[in-house]
Amino acid sequence: MSWHRKDLLDIESLTAEEIVTVLDTARAFKAVGERAIKKVPALRGKTVVNLFVEPSTRTRISFELAEQRLSADIINFTAEASSLKKGETLKDTARNLEALNADFIVIRHSASGAPHFLSRVLSASVVNAGDGAHEHPTQALLDAFTIRERKGRIEGLNITILGDILYSRVARSNIWALTKLGAKVTLCGPSTLVPRVFEQMGCRVTYNLEEAIRDADIINLLRIQHERQRKSMFPSLNEYASLFGLTKQRMELTKPDALIMHPGPINRGVEIDSEIADCERSVILEQVTNGLAIRMAVLFLVNGGKGVQELGL
Amino acid sequence: MPEQIIILNSAAIQRALVRIAHEIAERNESGVEVVLVGIQRGGVPLARRLANLLEGIWNHPIPAGSLDVSMHRDDLDRRVAPNVHPTVIPFDVTGKTVVLVDDVLFSGRTIRAAMDALNDFGRPIRIQLAALIDRGHRELPIKADFVGKNVPTATGDDVAVRLSDEGNADDVVLLETKQ
Repeated sequence: MSWHRKDLLDIESLTAEEIVTVLDTARAFKAVGERAIKKVPALRGKTVVNLFVEPSTRTRISFELAEQRLSADIINFTAEASSLKKGETLKDTARNLEALNADFIVIRHSASGAPHFLSRVLSASVVNAGDGAHEHPTQALLDAFTIRERKGRIEGLNITILGDILYSRVARSNIWALTKLGAKVTLCGPSTLVPRVFEQMGCRVTYNLEEAIRDADIINLLRIQHERQRKSMFPSLNEYASLFGLTKQRMELTKPDALIMHPGPINRGVEIDSEIADCERSVILEQVTNGLAIRMAVLFLVNGGKGVQELGL
Repeated sequence: MPEQIIILNSAAIQRALVRIAHEIAERNESGVEVVLVGIQRGGVPLARRLANLLEGIWNHPIPAGSLDVSMHRDDLDRRVAPNVHPTVIPFDVTGKTVVLVDDVLFSGRTIRAAMDALNDFGRPIRIQLAALIDRGHRELPIKADFVGKNVPTATGDDVAVRLSDEGNADDVVLLETKQ
């Protein structure tokens, strides 16, 4: 057994073996979701705080359902309706939550490194649900799970990530996870959003869309992160759509069994044509289903890691 | 190195399983359908073998499934999370006699978790328990209906049931810890 961590903070610090442990565990939790009774008592009596300082709908709902299916008690905490608005620091907020004996804190924050900071000041388990433009580990794990389930393997696959890489925590976590598992990752998009510096993470950067998608087994599309862009990185959405959008014509260049992925929310007509989002090669909704299984697996594993650390085993 | 003592060899394991299969047949003549559920991991191949033997006795196929109890364990916050193996129960357990099959019966906590886990799949009319080895040291009021062999052990010992795919190189060994 290879999971001894009390937290899941990022993919960068995980080994390939730890990633595979999460994927294998998630397979069993996916089966739980297919039963008539979709709930197991693995986290009975434990308290999870969903500390979403940055707004989120799908990730929060996915975590919340995962927690409910593990029989945990849940407190939801959003920035709009909290004392963070009244000037309380993140550390004080978190310590107050811990004083209520919270066992897990699932945090989404606009500042990179916020989960790492919390893990140093708290004994509760911390799970990163997205921190700034840094990492979104559960998204990368569910993407890897979806690829492995559909293709049977990850090693040796050509995986193209297309779009706003610079501001995307999904891209960073995906690059770490997929390169660790032996995939060949290609990044493509407007040069302002895909700087060459990403080559240092072990992937290829190209600005030629046709070349990027021709040999790809997986095409992972990313949304333009307007909320994180301080200045305009490209002239217009229309221009982005015409230069980098995945259209029907461009789909014809791809391998016949190439799969289309997207972490959502999708912008139909911008990064992806409506028809393609709904075609049979799109696994966008499977990603949502698998995300639930991944988040159950992560909470299950960090629970064990936390217990072991507390007992000094 | 711990001392290894062979408790059962291939032939003895096979004899024990044949006897257990006959005992299951004897106990369940009432006409209620019997299904076997092996507990991951050691119980799964044993359930499959028992299903084959019962098929020979009753002349019809006996369904066998596998059950992982990790998510129902009572020690999840005091150990590293266990490896979770697939649960495959491709039949309805409601109204059936379910025979849970495990390789080694020890504290009984796995069986408690298994009964809880089974509940999520339906309501069996009764649950029976078959274990190849009963090594004692129960921590819960649980008793096997069918036992291959009772083996006196110390709590620190380990009992390993090693099954081969063909069934020709099986054995059960007791690994004694030296005091």
